[in-house]
Amino acid sequence: MTTLSGIVLQFFELLLAVLVAPLLTGWVNVCRAWMQNRSAPPVLTPYRVLLKLFTKEPVLAYNASSLFRITPYILFGCMCLAAAIVPTLNINLPINAAADAIALVGVFALARVFMALAAMDIGTAFGTLGARREMMIGFLAEPALLIVLFTSSLISNTTSLSSIVGQMARMDLVIYPSLAFAGVAYTMVSLAENARIPVDNPATHLELTMIHEAMLLEYSGRHLALMEWAASLKLFTYSCMGIALFVPFGISDGDSWAGVLVALTALAFKLALGGSLLALIETMSAKMRIFRAPEFLGTAFILAVLAMLIHLLLETP
Amino acid sequence: MPNVTPLQNILVVVMLWLAVGLAGLAFPRNLRIVTKLLFPIGAAGALALAVSGYSAVTGAVDTLILPLGLPDLPFHLRLDALSGFFLMLLGAVGTGVSVYAAGYLRAGEASAPGVQCFFFQVFLASMALVTIANDAYAFMVFWETMALSSYFLVVSDHEQPDIRRAAFLYLLMAHVGAVAILLCFGVLQGGTGDYTFDSMRGVEHTPFWGTVAFALALAGFGGKAGIVPLHVWLPEAHPAAPSPASALLSAVMLKIAVYGFLRIMFDLLDTSVWWWGVVVLALGLITALYGVIFSAVQSDMKRLLAWSSIENIGFIFAGLGLAITFRAYGMGALAALALTAALYHSLNHGFFKSLLFLATGSVLHATSERSLGKLGGLIHRMPWVAWLALVGTLGIAGVPPLNGFVSEWMLLQAFLFTPGLPHPYLNMFIPVATAVAVLAAALAGYVMVKFYGVVFLGRPREEKLIEAHDAGAWEKIGLAWLAAGCVLLGLMPVAVVELIGNITRLLVGQSLGNPSNWLYLAPINAERSSYSPLLLLTVVALVALATWMLVRYFFHGRIRRGPAWDCGFPAQTSRMQDTAEGFGQPVRVVFEPFFRMQRELPLPSDQSPRYRVTVDDHFWYWIYLPLARATEFLSRMASKLQQGRISIYLLYSFLTLIALLFFVR
Repeated sequence: MTTLSGIVLQFFELLLAVLVAPLLTGWVNVCRAWMQNRSAPPVLTPYRVLLKLFTKEPVLAYNASSLFRITPYILFGCMCLAAAIVPTLNINLPINAAADAIALVGVFALARVFMALAAMDIGTAFGTLGARREMMIGFLAEPALLIVLFTSSLISNTTSLSSIVGQMARMDLVIYPSLAFAGVAYTMVSLAENARIPVDNPATHLELTMIHEAMLLEYSGRHLALMEWAASLKLFTYSCMGIALFVPFGISDGDSWAGVLVALTALAFKLALGGSLLALIETMSAKMRIFRAPEFLGTAFILAVLAMLIHLLLETP
Repeated sequence: MPNVTPLQNILVVVMLWLAVGLAGLAFPRNLRIVTKLLFPIGAAGALALAVSGYSAVTGAVDTLILPLGLPDLPFHLRLDALSGFFLMLLGAVGTGVSVYAAGYLRAGEASAPGVQCFFFQVFLASMALVTIANDAYAFMVFWETMALSSYFLVVSDHEQPDIRRAAFLYLLMAHVGAVAILLCFGVLQGGTGDYTFDSMRGVEHTPFWGTVAFALALAGFGGKAGIVPLHVWLPEAHPAAPSPASALLSAVMLKIAVYGFLRIMFDLLDTSVWWWGVVVLALGLITALYGVIFSAVQSDMKRLLAWSSIENIGFIFAGLGLAITFRAYGMGALAALALTAALYHSLNHGFFKSLLFLATGSVLHATSERSLGKLGGLIHRMPWVAWLALVGTLGIAGVPPLNGFVSEWMLLQAFLFTPGLPHPYLNMFIPVATAVAVLAAALAGYVMVKFYGVVFLGRPREEKLIEAHDAGAWEKIGLAWLAAGCVLLGLMPVAVVELIGNITRLLVGQSLGNPSNWLYLAPINAERSSYSPLLLLTVVALVALATWMLVRYFFHGRIRRGPAWDCGFPAQTSRMQDTAEGFGQPVRVVFEPFFRMQRELPLPSDQSPRYRVTVDDHFWYWIYLPLARATEFLSRMASKLQQGRISIYLLYSFLTLIALLFFVR
């Protein structure tokens, strides 16, 4: 693939991610409503919410510093970057050389640090509470995520995401026990990182239960819209990364636009399935107390380490 | 004009520093001269030192014999790439710290400014000399000068008993360490009786004596660097010193200990055994985790930073451990990768830790408060310090695109190569040990959010903070210099790695493959992994800017101010924010076995309920207190000999004589 079409594809992929991300959030909400026997909101609701928020005037607390005001933009930038790094449709993306799997985790960490700092900026009880909890989830989830990525990169001898995904896509359909463990660990981490049940509840505003929402409490108007959009993008990116790492079949190897079209169809199908699975998990489990979260994420961590150990013990020749 | 070599340049700088220090002694109470004349001169010297260090890294080896010291024992000096690198670190950080100190010192605070200036300059000079010493005698003299001058810096606020106690502990540990180093040199000279490093390089050691030398070097230099369990002095001594001295202690002196360890393990000691590296790696990882966990529960901002230094030293030693193991198996390129990560992290830590220590100094001066629980909201009162400290915070938290991330990234890359080790167990356990490194790195982010958020963000927790003022011009320049270093080290990793390549070629015979691409850092090959902070930053900045403009174009840019929402709770006070203890509580709960905790909970019937929790270091109770008690016991036994009557002493002499006669015959 020439560089020019590579760049075009890169932009296309990024634009797609940015535009489709709220749709995924909407789809998960719809599925959840169906499973819980509620009447479902329209799948386009997240877009309406974003539009509404962008039109509204943001109300800033008196003592908000400029850190508070720039954070939504930085967060949105970070999530766009992350969405661009993860190979969704094609594995030969020009930006892939800029950041590998470790750097991707770093980008998420950057976003998290800024969000926590912004939450502490106003100096309300909820803000600091949210920041503290988010950072706790962060230091528990990040190692598990990295070990999952390390397992994949040990299998494929590279940390570049596109090379990992390329190798995984080319592999024969052999079951790697390590990948099974890693997949479970990854799912648990994704739930925590995206503030989903059982770690956090995206639909609550009760002080005892919230993490992510507590950090957003002081945001309004366009700032809140960007934060919400970034959260959708994060969910989208995590879903795409899970798909790319564990079920990459159908991703295009980079010669024709027809391949990209096939990949697009496959991705849409996989995302729809993944979204409903997420809704299923959320419906079937209950939100746990915040201090059960270390156990939950500790399990994910141990599973990830086991995955790595299994790979080293059983799968290396 | 005669050609001046870098080594001579360095000696000139050292002389300049000593002269400046003596001038400080001449005007001990004259604040104007000390701060506005002497410290800037010292800073200029430091800058020159950094330049000389840089040219030494890229230049040839240079030696010199100074006709000083004892008769027949002149000082041998030698400048190579390794020394040059640490001189560069010392010079670059020293510049920022000296400029800052020019604005920081106040009359009536701690000891007289001129005296502080003297010890400060002697400290700088001795650190520079340690790195260029080329025989054990000179090394020990400079090493001890460094320990003593830093002791006087630590104890400069000597009227407080806590500080005297901390300084005594530091002195004690420094000397125990120095004894280990001295013995290590004794082993290294291998019976030749020649204590120059040149002759040590030629001596061949049996594995046993090599191991003894390794253990002594690890104890001596590891103790100085703060490796667990020899770390106890560090969180006491570093916060006790005035902030510029704390910055030098944490940012530079610990690196001089790293230098000493590197010099012995990769240069003087010819053999290397694989399990040495494993020991160093294990100690490094334990230190990193232990340091960061304790850092998270501190409520004094300087202690928090001191514990965080222990964590960073742990990372550096983990890198060194990997490098030793790789080298022992003849995997030169990977040894170079791990060594580059360790050296890069040394440089990074030098910049961000000094930046943060100096920022706490400004906060201390502005508020006269160092307890995190009484600060807050300073970003409004001290915007310069706050924004510059944010750079250091992000750097130390290890997030891209700043510098801390680059070295962590390379260290993790090195870990990912360990399955290739030709040893059936190592190739499984070391990759799994990566988990510890990753956990510590993630916790570092937690700690730094706590530090920054509690000090600079939120609302002021005390009334008096409203009167806080921003730092002065000198302090701002010093902080900005260090912050710029953090940014450059973060954005230009390729240039730095190429520079470090000179050192790895010297120590392990290889350097990281030159990617011939200034934009992407690709340590082994581009297929395997690459990272480009500049590109990352560009993408994030462009997207953020485009978003900002698009939102303004399609919607509006209006904004309204109002009181904080906070779920509509009406009565909001600044006391409702998390305190440092509150923010550290999750770590205290999750890592409970690491702490020795004592809680005093109030009863329901208490009229004035008090909640107290003290968090202590287990090692005090496991190692140090038993050791102290044993020492006390032994000295009590020995004191029984001392009866204070002349007849008894005569009896001792008589008995000794009899015994000697008996043995000699």
